[in-house]
Amino acid sequence: MSNKTLFDKVWDAHVVDTIKKGPQVLYIDKHLIHEVTSPQAFNELEARGIPVFRPNQIVATADHNTPTQNQDQPIKDDLSRKQLEQLSTNCEKNNITLYQLGHKYNGIVHVMAPELGFTQPGMTMVCGDSHTSTHGAFGAIAFGIGTSQVAQVFASQCLLLTKPKSLRVNVNGRLKKGVLPKDVILYIISKLGTNSGTGYFCEYAGDVFQNMSMEGRMTVCNMSIEMGARGGMIAPDQTTFNYVKGRAYAPKGKDFEKKVAYWKTLPTDKGATFDKEYTFDAEDIEPMITYGTNPGMGIKISENIPTIKDSSFIKSLEYMNFEAGESLINTQINYVFIGSCTNSRIEDFRVAAQYVKGKQKADNVTAWLVPGSKQVEAQIIAEGLKTIFERAGFELRQPGCSACLAMNDDKIPQGEYCVSTSNRNFEGRQGQGSRTILASPLVAAATAIAGKIVDVTENIETLEFA
Amino acid sequence: MEKFTTLTSRAIPLDIANVDTDQIIPARFLKATDKKGFGDNVFRDWRYNKEGSENVEFTLNQPKYAGNILVAGDNFGCGSSREHAAWALVGYGFKVIVSSFFADIFKGNALNNGLLPLQVSEDFLQHLISEIKADPKVKLRVDLRNQKIRINSSKRFESFEIDAYKKTCMINGYDDIDYLLSKKEMITAFENATSR
Ligand code: SF4
Repeated sequence: MSNKTLFDKVWDAHVVDTIKKGPQVLYIDKHLIHEVTSPQAFNELEARGIPVFRPNQIVATADHNTPTQNQDQPIKDDLSRKQLEQLSTNCEKNNITLYQLGHKYNGIVHVMAPELGFTQPGMTMVCGDSHTSTHGAFGAIAFGIGTSQVAQVFASQCLLLTKPKSLRVNVNGRLKKGVLPKDVILYIISKLGTNSGTGYFCEYAGDVFQNMSMEGRMTVCNMSIEMGARGGMIAPDQTTFNYVKGRAYAPKGKDFEKKVAYWKTLPTDKGATFDKEYTFDAEDIEPMITYGTNPGMGIKISENIPTIKDSSFIKSLEYMNFEAGESLINTQINYVFIGSCTNSRIEDFRVAAQYVKGKQKADNVTAWLVPGSKQVEAQIIAEGLKTIFERAGFELRQPGCSACLAMNDDKIPQGEYCVSTSNRNFEGRQGQGSRTILASPLVAAATAIAGKIVDVTENIETLEFA
Repeated sequence: MEKFTTLTSRAIPLDIANVDTDQIIPARFLKATDKKGFGDNVFRDWRYNKEGSENVEFTLNQPKYAGNILVAGDNFGCGSSREHAAWALVGYGFKVIVSSFFADIFKGNALNNGLLPLQVSEDFLQHLISEIKADPKVKLRVDLRNQKIRINSSKRFESFEIDAYKKTCMINGYDDIDYLLSKKEMITAFENATSR
């Protein structure tokens, strides 16, 4: 058993069969589904007369296409309503648990599943959504799949896959004040590029991740896909066990102890080797911001946009209406979005609230705060953060994906910049013609107060947070 | 799934790197519950101007280009897992996408829909794009059995890699569900042995 990586251990424990010179049959422990990528898979099964094999291992939520206001009322948009109705019907027909809109456990799939203890170390998990990599924060193999694969898992609880190569990213040292997990991952992607991880599964190691909360680890693993990696993982430890313990779907009592004993065997063995390895120094990381149309186009907030002679780079800056070589500081920003499965957990709102407390949002700014789940929403209210935000002029909306992908009404208008805590700054991602600037919740909050991009590092020492 | 063995066709160049799935099919078109009609909206925001008129500059709108092969820049299909991107490309009529690099999930989605993601070297890609631009009538021949792509006029060709299992599936039009269903007993035995 020696010299195996965390990934190897979990993968090998799930191999049902190996096709000669071909892929392996990998068993899937948990399957998460939502309204957008499941209907065609249900149709496919129905058309072929195949039953859902293990409905108990599936959990469904409505998140991508849901409104963030008046969730108690019928959805106005016809197509959206139909898609959600279809999800309810499909789940009912196939005995699948659904946390539908308004349910106290409803939320973005990658926020609600860990909260419910559905996500556990050592598992294989899939979802028809690329940010399934989030769950790797627990030491699970978790990755996004296409709808054909959703149908395969429905039919057999397995997938045909070729084992990916291994990559490890180490970050050691102490993070500076005001540098959040989001900055760490934006920094890594800016250094490695958006396709450096393609074909690989990534492990994040080093004391920076060891010292991170589960929320922070989820933020990091969430964006693994933005460097092309199918997933990211962090070795489970006491922080992980404490988070899982006592949650609705988590094992209880003796079972839990037994699981913990197993989970403790999962971390990568000393001497295990990776196909690729990178190491960074925590001290080099600063609050980050993106200036282009892919998440790899990031700079330290105090830096200038680089000058690169490449047609895709130039096209990207044209879209953003930025100049090579310029600084983004003082750029006027009219929209701020704090939300998405990257940064919509309670810690994210705590950081934002600490910064915002006692200040006023700039008049030019429309700021949407969208919690990742009903549970996060309840916590925001219980901790008094809602009051802080409302006093500062922010609007707290109801949970969902919202302006992260703009399938619902939360769209950024044509040509406007949005400083957003989400994970993708693709052209039009937040609405046709919108321009997204990715950042941490701290930078987003500071932008909303100033009405423009400001260098948060300037007065960071006077701020009251870790 | 449709079978794929060989294809001779003209090709459309899309000389842009990092084409993400949000460009292939924007999120606002993901509300459908079936697989039909996505072809009309492929590359929607590049094909049409904001007020709805055609963007005549965009490669798909240039009458000189035609065919079932899209030749695109590096790292094609990055971003979301939405299989709608593959449905949209197939719906529009593409059978092969050529690039020097494909994002993982997109590649799998394409293969599951009989759309061949054909990876060539950076050099060959640049060569292809310039040949098509110089002579839009030039035809390409894709031979899956022998794993070769050839430019008919210049006879220049390159071999490409494809997973042997996936190749068999493409050639015979099989999909993974059939295979997995044939393994059900083994899967159940695995569940029992690992007390799942
Ligand atoms: S919040 Fe954004 S990235 Fe996350 S699941 Fe929803 S749409 Fe996808």
